[in-house]
Amino acid sequence: MTKLTTMLMLTSALTLAHPAHAQTPEGQPIKIGVLHSLSGTMAISETTLKDTVLMLVEQQNAKGGVLGRPLEAVVVDPASDWPLFAEKARELLTVSDVDAIFGCWTSVSRKSVLPVIEELNGLLFYPVQYEGEESSKNVIYTGAAPNQQAIPAVDYMRDELGVESWALLGTDYVYPRTTNNILDAYLKDNGVAAEDIFVNYTPFGHSDWSKIVADVVALGAGGKKVGVVSTINGDANVGFYKELAAAGVSADDIPVMAFSVGEEELSGLDTANLVGHLAAWNYFQTAESDVNTGFIEEWKAFTGDPNRVTNDPMEATVIGFNAWVAAVEAAGTTDVDPVLDAIVGVEVPNLTGGTATILPNHHITKPVLIGEIREDGQFDIVSQTDPVPGDAWTDFLPESAVLEADWPGKDCGMFNTETDSCVQVQSNY
Amino acid sequence: MTRKPFILQNPSTLIVLAVLAVLTLTVTLFSHAYGSGAIPTSMIKVLGKTLCLALAAVAMDLVWGYLGILSLGQMAFFALGGYMFGQWLMYARTEGIVAVALAQNPIPATPHELQDAVTNQIFGVVGSAELPLVWSFAHSLTLQLILILLVPGLLALVFGWLAFRSRVNGVYLSILTQAMTLALALWLFQNDSGFRGNNGLSGLQNLPGLDHVDQATLSVWFLWASAGALGLFYVLAAWLVSGKFGSVIRAIRDDETRVRFLGYPVEGFKLVVFTLAAMITAVAGALYYPQAGIINPAEMMPIASIYLAVWVAIGGRGRLYGAVIGAVMVSLLSSWFTGGRAPSIHLPGYVVNWVDWWQVALGLTFVMVTLFAPKGIAGIFDRMGPPRQRKAHSRQEQEANA
Amino acid sequence: MTRFRLLAACALALFLPTATLANPALEAVVADHLDQIEQPSRRTVAPLVADIAATGPEGLTMLQAWAGRNLGLTPDGRLLIMKGADATDAVTGQPVPDADPKMLRPNSGVRGVIESALVAGLLNDPDVSRRSAALDTLARSGTAEQLEALRGALADPDPVLAARKARLERLLTIQHDSDSDARVAAIQDMAGDISLDVRAALNPLLATRRVVSTDDPQGNVARELEAGSDALPREAALALLVQEGVLQPRLTSADQRAALAANIQNGAVGGVPLQDLSDPVARDRAYEALETAGAVPPAATEAEVQTALDSHRFFELYAEADPAVTDAAQAAQLRAQVKLGAMRGLDLGLDALSLASIYFLAAIGLAITFGVMRVINMAHGEFIMLGAYTGYTVQTLIADRTLSLVVALPLAFAVTFGAGVVLYRLVIRHLAHRPLETLLATFGVSIALQQLAKNIFGTQARPLTAPAWLEGSITFNDVVSISSIRVAIFVLALLFLGLFLFIMKRTRLGLEVRAVTQNPGMAASMGINPDRIAMMTFGLGSGIAGIAGVAIGLFAQVTSELGQGYIVQSFMTVVVGGVGNIWGTLAGATLIGGLSKVIESLNPANTLAAQTFMILFIIIFIQFRPRGIIPQRGRAAEA
Repeated sequence: MTKLTTMLMLTSALTLAHPAHAQTPEGQPIKIGVLHSLSGTMAISETTLKDTVLMLVEQQNAKGGVLGRPLEAVVVDPASDWPLFAEKARELLTVSDVDAIFGCWTSVSRKSVLPVIEELNGLLFYPVQYEGEESSKNVIYTGAAPNQQAIPAVDYMRDELGVESWALLGTDYVYPRTTNNILDAYLKDNGVAAEDIFVNYTPFGHSDWSKIVADVVALGAGGKKVGVVSTINGDANVGFYKELAAAGVSADDIPVMAFSVGEEELSGLDTANLVGHLAAWNYFQTAESDVNTGFIEEWKAFTGDPNRVTNDPMEATVIGFNAWVAAVEAAGTTDVDPVLDAIVGVEVPNLTGGTATILPNHHITKPVLIGEIREDGQFDIVSQTDPVPGDAWTDFLPESAVLEADWPGKDCGMFNTETDSCVQVQSNY
Repeated sequence: MTRKPFILQNPSTLIVLAVLAVLTLTVTLFSHAYGSGAIPTSMIKVLGKTLCLALAAVAMDLVWGYLGILSLGQMAFFALGGYMFGQWLMYARTEGIVAVALAQNPIPATPHELQDAVTNQIFGVVGSAELPLVWSFAHSLTLQLILILLVPGLLALVFGWLAFRSRVNGVYLSILTQAMTLALALWLFQNDSGFRGNNGLSGLQNLPGLDHVDQATLSVWFLWASAGALGLFYVLAAWLVSGKFGSVIRAIRDDETRVRFLGYPVEGFKLVVFTLAAMITAVAGALYYPQAGIINPAEMMPIASIYLAVWVAIGGRGRLYGAVIGAVMVSLLSSWFTGGRAPSIHLPGYVVNWVDWWQVALGLTFVMVTLFAPKGIAGIFDRMGPPRQRKAHSRQEQEANA
Repeated sequence: MTRFRLLAACALALFLPTATLANPALEAVVADHLDQIEQPSRRTVAPLVADIAATGPEGLTMLQAWAGRNLGLTPDGRLLIMKGADATDAVTGQPVPDADPKMLRPNSGVRGVIESALVAGLLNDPDVSRRSAALDTLARSGTAEQLEALRGALADPDPVLAARKARLERLLTIQHDSDSDARVAAIQDMAGDISLDVRAALNPLLATRRVVSTDDPQGNVARELEAGSDALPREAALALLVQEGVLQPRLTSADQRAALAANIQNGAVGGVPLQDLSDPVARDRAYEALETAGAVPPAATEAEVQTALDSHRFFELYAEADPAVTDAAQAAQLRAQVKLGAMRGLDLGLDALSLASIYFLAAIGLAITFGVMRVINMAHGEFIMLGAYTGYTVQTLIADRTLSLVVALPLAFAVTFGAGVVLYRLVIRHLAHRPLETLLATFGVSIALQQLAKNIFGTQARPLTAPAWLEGSITFNDVVSISSIRVAIFVLALLFLGLFLFIMKRTRLGLEVRAVTQNPGMAASMGINPDRIAMMTFGLGSGIAGIAGVAIGLFAQVTSELGQGYIVQSFMTVVVGGVGNIWGTLAGATLIGGLSKVIESLNPANTLAAQTFMILFIIIFIQFRPRGIIPQRGRAAEA
């Protein structure tokens, strides 16, 4: 408990430290790696996160650096090429000798990097909502696990919107697949019949949505309220929402709850026809808190673009960065093992006015926010929960229900509570 | 006139082998595992992968430069080779982990339970609970090694037979090969295909049963293997194209109808070269992906195969060493320019960032090479060679351009 | 009851003089439930809404403001109705100057509850749009009470609304009337109608559940099931029996292992040594040994399973208790079935036609250039992209969407025509008769153009929005509908088909193009300049690609990779259709568009597989018609 309090004080001291009191950092710089694609298909999403880290480094140096030493960001470009992520991660850890890496967006890029950072005992902060079913000793997951996004979102649709018939639409890759598997099991546990769940997967960048939208509308023939849970990724959303609007599907008839559509994605769309459709995240730019207002101002000043939006993965990056700084200050060193020991239990403020705690399973606590799309491409927050602890292994799939992750306690990321033994120390990849 | 041994007829082969040997030796001596450690492990992996790409380019040159089929689907074979080897790597490694975990139970596991646990480990991530049929041989290294050659070979054989039989050639054939690789990629992108969809096979850099060997050592081993394979298949390819067989396939490239009228079974020749090239490419792929660590269907999207053609074209087709030069140079340059380490050019009012402009430069270079230097980089070497050889080459070119 | 209270409150409100406290009842309700008004939940809000509605017109006004998100909460706990910048106190009706309340944002579920409470009062509202909105609400969720209200308000001056009211009355009768005959009559009235709302009313009536029983079950029996039949496989029957508690669950291997592990004695279980237990047979033996020793409960044997199966019957019961209603519903559904199937086919046909016209537009330029010059332009996809970005740029400059589209179409044509001519003059002309090298050189152009687009426009999708008159869809009925933008693209494709035919058959250029296509040598000797013709056709083909780009951008995303998504399909269209012939391209596009839709409809859960199967089909198709559906005739065909 005392440890926690000290940590709290440290963090608040850090965040409140005024530049005027700070000393210019001296000595050998502490290097951190930035492993986000700057070219290729993922560049648009990931470049924002690279800029976020650079901004945080700049701010931290203005506050006096870390351990009195300046921070230096080493930026590499894995070019949306998954094998290249592994190569660049190895380079960062062995050639550039970075102490922590902030990076990755897609699950497959994370799986590509995992063996390298586990082999070389690196430290990765992963800032994107993902499918769960993983807990690595060397990764801190600051994005949402399914229980911090998907499950509360579905609860909301069922309780608040009265949805009884479900269309789970997704892009064909691991995040939608696993999320939909979990949701399928969860819905069936809650008494939804198999025929009331419609699942469809489309390729990346799919553009011909007429048939699928028609299929969804046809679900209404069952006489039950239809809701869509969308894990459609990236550009494909544009065509999907356009077709939805053309078919005259209003949010009152068939609400669409998206897990991968945020402020950035909406800027590629005319949102007039999408008003009332939903998204579930842990952060929206419209969140009302002083920290957030300050952050948005700093971000706009840093990018020099008054129209730049902020989004959920950016918040996760901020939390990860601040948690790392707090842990390094507490451990008094940047070595990975002491930092990992220190980081569990660290509490840092999030941007929605609460705090995020790093849990023993290397996930964090996050509030779940549901937003309705507004005409201006922002979200009206219609529901906000208390912080929910991230669950690495979902309780709704039988094989995962018995597993848990506890790094400081059991030194294991895949602990079988039934047989009381560690299934494996290294991660699945 | 007595024929000289083919190796003396082709001094370029000797040069390539010598360069390869020197490179391998140098890298070994400067590696972490066996020498001073001046070359970081990540660099060794890059070099090893580049050699595999060079091998794929040699096979591409066989098909395109010598046989005249512009195959835009070669990377399908490359990736298939990787998938076949990757299956065993992944299965065997997981089996090892699972066996350790299950051994903690008081009751020893049945083979069925072991397999279930392995399946759960590999496919649990992508939400499946049954071992797909295509993984039936994944437990056996020998079988999967055979499959590395068999599956791509068979695919090339069937596809080639269908295409050549109905006299599809030229641009049509190029597009069909492109469609083949796209179909395969789209198929593998599905989770239901049994190859883990977009996630692909990962963690391939860890060899099962060799947990005690670190990556620094493994990377050198793979470099040796890649260099060995490149050397071996380079010699095979050079031998193949130097003899009578080589003359016939070059003749097919230049005028297929005439060769057919002379009584040669054109389809047979094409099929042999196409299938052989596919198998060589598959070997290259099988060596490449354990160094890359992960394979996923994006690797066989049509664009990748087109890049392969670009390398061969820039290096100089119709010359095996040209393919090697092109692949090594362009792929290393590409990774240097996109790695963010190339210095930006500061123009007045605009900063040329290579990460953004490299693709543009590559595309335009490529147009230039096609327009003004159809022989590629190898064309420069030809001009520097002794007069006798130069004559031989220019004759060859005349044929090629006829 | 609620309605009565509401009326009473209304009547009361009329006689009360307007005092400072206009509505004490409302004030009381609001004061008691301020928390709930601030944080409402759909599940619990209904009684509160009823209470507020019962307080009189002020309550109703407040509810309307609440549902319209015009209700604000001041820090001191007063509710304000906001109209623009003007605020009035919801309880007193007094204007409040300079108010800056926190706006309440009830979610759409809560808004639905509020609207539903307001429906009864709005059915006879003088405002047509309010009546219409009330009917929308009613169609989403009607109750028995609202059915009564609707029956009282069937007359409507607006004939459209009157018809809707009559129809809704029938539908609500099916769902909520207590009289069996009335429901059957309503069902028979609606029989054969394939509208979504009718099916939504009928299907729940026919929903069934499975029960196990030893004799005839209670309830409305749909049918009896035979265990082991297709409808009820043996495993499913056993699962039902286990669920009913009739049968012990069979021993799973995990349970068996756990039971064995709990009974290890001296390195052996039931006399079987531990190391042997990796064999399932040995495990069974060990378990049997334990069973005989009484250490574990006996598992269900095959004989027990069979007895249980034999002694039970399996039924499907309708959730709806009234057999007359279910019979009528079933009959009605049967009548709609055939029509529904036909309509689905028609809808699929429309989708296929739409896709075909898109492929046609994308491929036609490619087909022209390939027919005339035997070269494949790999940068064709990037020309499509160029067209889409032209449309986007025009839209950022001209705000009016109709005007911007009118400007964008010819401009896109001009831009890509120019790009095509430049590409021809600089590259393709110098690679004449080297088709494979042309293919590669144009690929170089393709990657350069793609990256340039990324550098200029960024990698994010850009909005290209259709004008308002192209939004929405053309709906024939609830099954057959197609978005207007797709119809527009279809018309565009027809237009270009006509234009192309006109140019080819009626103009000098067309004559010369046909001459060059059929025999370049002979054409040249007749005084035609093949170089100029090639340039013109290349420009024309590229220009059409630009137009296709605008069209595609209107219904999909504008990104630098837009062209990539269509290029392979365009190649396929050309290859399948046959080169040098516009009808071939048309046939190819129709075949590919139709085929992909049919495959997609056979496997609705996976769109990726559909694409793979389509490409496989094309590869095989080429075996039988290597020169396409409509092969090229003339001298060029042998080249």
